[in-house]
Amino acid sequence: MTFVKTKIELSKLSEGDVLEVLLAEGEPLDNVPRNAKEQGYNVLGVEHVEGTTYRVLIQK
Amino acid sequence: MSDTRKLSIIAFSGEFDKLTAVFTLATGAAAVGYEVNIFFTFWGLDALKRKTGRSLTGGNWLTKIFGLMMGGLSVAPTSRFNFLGAGPKIFRRLMRKNNVATLEELVDAAKVLGVNLYACEMAMHVLGLKREDFIPEVKDVLGVASFLNLSEGGQTLFI
Repeated sequence: MTFVKTKIELSKLSEGDVLEVLLAEGEPLDNVPRNAKEQGYNVLGVEHVEGTTYRVLIQK
Repeated sequence: MSDTRKLSIIAFSGEFDKLTAVFTLATGAAAVGYEVNIFFTFWGLDALKRKTGRSLTGGNWLTKIFGLMMGGLSVAPTSRFNFLGAGPKIFRRLMRKNNVATLEELVDAAKVLGVNLYACEMAMHVLGLKREDFIPEVKDVLGVASFLNLSEGGQTLFI
């Protein structure tokens, strides 16, 4: 579901735009960057924010 | 992996929880690049109705009463713990509280992601439903043979 929401937000962006996604560790953090790469998006970085939250930057 | 992967779902059930399963699978698969087809038949057709509440949708007095009793997406009962209609409200609240997408959000996501929605021709005849009774996103009205053609080569689920 997290990737569904990410995909919908990505669809609203133009080529080259960067989407910032805050993800919980575990399944979302495993899946979202992997699926984004598989679908041809650039994953610019994954950084720890606090606790179990991570920030992932995805370029369309 | 470059070949399009495909998931086809026969949505027979009109219950809130089972439709949530249908649309969770459909949106999840569509988001990771699957071609997704959902064939709505019988009770499942409730999910496609333009009028999401209860309305006298149908061809004759009998199917109109069925239409009123079945209703649309917003009045879909749960298969267990329905509590005379309180169940879906409780589940919707729990889903929002836990930041899980509600059924309506999943349906909207399915439309955005280009999930193909099909209505079963035979069930429409039985229930007196017309194409105009459905949301405009319904791609086509089909029978079994066409659905088999569409689903060939992919995975198929019956919910």
